Amino acid sequence: MNDIRFTIDGKECLGKPGQTIVEAAKANGVYIPVLCHFEGLKPVGSCRICTVRVGGRFMAACTQPLIEGMAVENTAPDLEDMRKSLIEMLFVEGNHLCPSCEKSGNCELQALAYRYQLMAPRFPYLWPRRDIDASAPLLMLDGNRCIQCLRCVRACRAKDGRKVFAAVDRSHRVKIEVDKKLAAHLSEDQARRAMDICPVGAILRKETGFAVPIGRRKFDRAPIGSDVEKGTGR
Amino acid sequence: MSKPVIATASLAGCFGCHMSLLDIDERILGLIDLVEFNKSPIDDIKTFTKPVDVGLIEGGCCNSENVEVLRSFRKNCKVLVSVGECAIMGGLPAMRNGIPIRECLEEAYLNSPTVDPEDRLIPNDEDLPIILDKVYPCHEVVKIDHFLPGCPPSADLIWEAVTALVEGRPLQLTYDLIKFD
Repeated sequence: MNDIRFTIDGKECLGKPGQTIVEAAKANGVYIPVLCHFEGLKPVGSCRICTVRVGGRFMAACTQPLIEGMAVENTAPDLEDMRKSLIEMLFVEGNHLCPSCEKSGNCELQALAYRYQLMAPRFPYLWPRRDIDASAPLLMLDGNRCIQCLRCVRACRAKDGRKVFAAVDRSHRVKIEVDKKLAAHLSEDQARRAMDICPVGAILRKETGFAVPIGRRKFDRAPIGSDVEKGTGR
Repeated sequence: MSKPVIATASLAGCFGCHMSLLDIDERILGLIDLVEFNKSPIDDIKTFTKPVDVGLIEGGCCNSENVEVLRSFRKNCKVLVSVGECAIMGGLPAMRNGIPIRECLEEAYLNSPTVDPEDRLIPNDEDLPIILDKVYPCHEVVKIDHFLPGCPPSADLIWEAVTALVEGRPLQLTYDLIKFD
């Protein structure tokens, strides 16, 4: 099939049929921030951090397939400010105490806040009361940090295909819970993957915290997305 | 010409940010040449004696005294800076924010296993500042002009910000200086 021609902020790009805007942008060395999206998982477009504008309409770049001749706006100041406000909302809706979080330095939410130079949110903090579930032998779930991206729900399955995590309740009360029976039999690899798939510190592998020293963590030196912009991203 | 004046305060903080300010190594000699300190725990001046150019606030507001000090800083400082995570988002003291204040006080003064059974009493002296329902970030109480994140903010970040503010140049906060931990 023929390549699809499209532009991002005026830059001529080529993509393949079936690719989403995020995937095609990445292949062309353009970073579109994502949070709920994870390569290899079916995108759900729940966080809207990847919102771009095409023909005056806002759309989630992680779910929108490429269309011939698309003119994608990615870095317009109003778009970037909207993304920043989404990050701020995620910070005030949970209890994100970076200094005491094991994921600090490797956290994608924090990394986006660094990239967007988030100094203090424009919204008041809500301080919800959330639960911690440390009943699973290898994992700890901290609802304070959960951003309900559903990456764990989509990615983590037992051998027979059953989901290890699930969203319960609705609206602002939605929370992620772990199937205690399945969690009791998770392998070391599965537990590690659950922690890695979580963009924040809501799912932690027990007993291995703070393994990487400050200065060598994922986002200590370079902003999130700089690997894509340099063309070295996967 | 008189030197720019700096004031500092530690509200609901741990003094770690003040320690980080002192951690600027030999640059501290340059700082003394550059600025004059007014109200601050560093020189132990208790009340404002002149208008201040830059006020540095460590810690958030957990009681009525914190709010009073913060408001007096806003009144007396041309530029007010939130220094560190506690000032910016409440930090460690704000871990009590989801818990009703009565529950916190009962846990600390009545039910904790280390409380002397003869001495179960929630402090309620009129000389004590009144504890707030939650710990508030400074910018939810007064207008804050700049934010220096970190726990504590690095000495380099504080140095860059303070020198930029007293010299009247824009802050150059590079990626490696902005960290939330």
